[in-house]
Amino acid sequence: MVETAANAVVIENLLKRFGTFVAVDRISLQVRMGEVFGFLGPNGAGKSTTIRMLCGLLRPTGGRATVAGYDVSHRPEQVRQHIGYMSQKFSLYNDLTVIENIRLFAGLYSVARNELHSRVAWALEMAGLEGQQTLITGTLPGGWKQRLALGCAVLHRPPIIFLDEPTSGVDPVSRRRFWELIHQMAEEGVTVFVTTHYMEEAEYCNRLALIDRGKIVSLGTPTELKQDAMRGELLLLECAPLGPALDAVHSLPDVHDAAVFGNALHLVVKNVEAAGPHLRSHLEAKGITISRIERIRPSLEDVFVSLTTERGRQQERES
Amino acid sequence: MFSRMRQMIIKEFIQVFRDKRTRFILIVPPIIQMMVFGYAANYEIHHVPTVVVDFDHSQQSRELISRFKSSPYFEVENQANSSQELSAMIEDGKAIVGLEIHAGFAQALLGGQVAPLQVIVDATNSNSAFLAASYVSQIALGYAQEVQRARIYRIAPQIVEVMPSVQLESRPWYNPRLLSRWFFVPGIIGSLTLVLVITLTAFGVVREREIGTLEQIMVTPITPAEFILSKTLPFFLIGLFDVGLIALVGSLWFHVPFRGNVLVLVTGAVLFILCMLGVGLLTSTACTTQQQALVTSFFFIMPAVTFSGFGFPISTMPHWLQLATYANPLRYFLVVLRGTYLKGVGMDILWPQMGAMAGLGLGLLTISVLRFRKSLD
Repeated sequence: MVETAANAVVIENLLKRFGTFVAVDRISLQVRMGEVFGFLGPNGAGKSTTIRMLCGLLRPTGGRATVAGYDVSHRPEQVRQHIGYMSQKFSLYNDLTVIENIRLFAGLYSVARNELHSRVAWALEMAGLEGQQTLITGTLPGGWKQRLALGCAVLHRPPIIFLDEPTSGVDPVSRRRFWELIHQMAEEGVTVFVTTHYMEEAEYCNRLALIDRGKIVSLGTPTELKQDAMRGELLLLECAPLGPALDAVHSLPDVHDAAVFGNALHLVVKNVEAAGPHLRSHLEAKGITISRIERIRPSLEDVFVSLTTERGRQQERES
Repeated sequence: MFSRMRQMIIKEFIQVFRDKRTRFILIVPPIIQMMVFGYAANYEIHHVPTVVVDFDHSQQSRELISRFKSSPYFEVENQANSSQELSAMIEDGKAIVGLEIHAGFAQALLGGQVAPLQVIVDATNSNSAFLAASYVSQIALGYAQEVQRARIYRIAPQIVEVMPSVQLESRPWYNPRLLSRWFFVPGIIGSLTLVLVITLTAFGVVREREIGTLEQIMVTPITPAEFILSKTLPFFLIGLFDVGLIALVGSLWFHVPFRGNVLVLVTGAVLFILCMLGVGLLTSTACTTQQQALVTSFFFIMPAVTFSGFGFPISTMPHWLQLATYANPLRYFLVVLRGTYLKGVGMDILWPQMGAMAGLGLGLLTISVLRFRKSLD
């Protein structure tokens, strides 16, 4: 198929049920070669389940997925030969030394003998662990461990890597360094499929899929998502007290959506110019003091909250 | 395939030998347990604390008591003055056996009547109570018989010479001194190997599942079969090493004779360890945490040891339970162990046991590999 040549990952109507619980609900998407593709969603949305199906760790209940052109249900061994995988749990051996871990995974990925030396050196350099290969892995700080895990996952130069919340529990500086590594690899043509629930990380991706309760709610570049996914415009409202203000704006027909962000409210309205004055009078009548009203550019977090709450409301209505 | 398996096996050995605790567990507890079991697992009774109350105060009663005193089975530590005192001592546990010689014992004995001797036995442990009681009756009857013969001899010496009697001449084969240690030590080799291999295997796999390394390994091109093979091979070798270690203690320390062929024992050990690897793996597929593995493996270990013939003969178990023991690999391994150790028999006798273990091992391993594949989902 033509699409498999251009796409690193193709997912069609992929379904995973655990008993009666639908973890992944017939999702479809494509990831292009060399792309950094972000899979964004709250905990329990189905991100890990999807990634585990793509790595051949879980058998799909229905639908189809190909990775590097190989069907994950029928040829999982072929898939594994062509991918690197790193999970949210640190999963190297803590009781082995750094070099023993690298050698183990080099062996497991059948890294060729003549390449072994350079790949081991490369992994050590990437993790910033040159000269410290005899340290027991368990004693390393989190950021180092994470980079070492990434190094071990790509020793065999896979064309596609799957990262399942790779930076959870890592300090911000290490997280930044980790993302630099991801981009380095992407520049070398590696396709990166990464899940995260950090919004600021999502901005680093070329394209994103937002997943909520097993369904993809939006798909596109970060900019596209911000533009298209919001029905209307975004308004920042600094006021006090917040609680009653939130209740008050929900009753207004102009306001599609409202959510608390820090010490302010973000409101989605059809038109800022039209809604602004009306809003002010309505709130002031209720004894709420407004210190700022401003139109703002939506962040991905706004997009996400907007999309997921909309779906939540739809579901409530349906049930 | 070989580079994958080689790396996994190297890793497994590094982990086992790097951890002080694991190194310790593989060597010290088996030896200690062998020592403890070797000394404690014993059906024999010696020096049973005995209390006597003598209301007869005759030459005959004293003679009877002295026979108890000179017997290796009884330790006549106390003389009580009343029946109450005697029962109090049994209740306190100061004595296991109480002998009460009623007044008129000598008179009855010499008068040719039935001379009652009351024996009280603390039967909390029914087995040793039974043994003690039978030793008591052996001594008492022996004494009675002598008195009887002496009496008849006095009346009519010629009758004694033609009096019929049965002389028991028992020849305990394989264990002439009837040492229960000879029976237990080979059994301990089997049961210790069982515990060791099952727990090592179950924990080895479940630990990887628990900390997430199993998942990381399973996304590499290694196949489940390769993983299981390289994961269990080290435990297999360790199990074999421990069989040798425990067997050495049995021979060198407890001087249990080894009369058979070492190769026959090794063959049996190999087949038995394969079965135990299967059980360990099966346990690991049913568990996600090490705690679960601990509980689950005890589910198997306790009945497997109890219903193997390790301590209690299978032939005295209810019929349905006897049938169930055919599924217990330890049952067969114990026959092989005792057969090679004490009887010195070879493959010509032990092949059914070997065959049964081979079959069970193959079945258990197949099921556990299939279940392992499923448990990855």
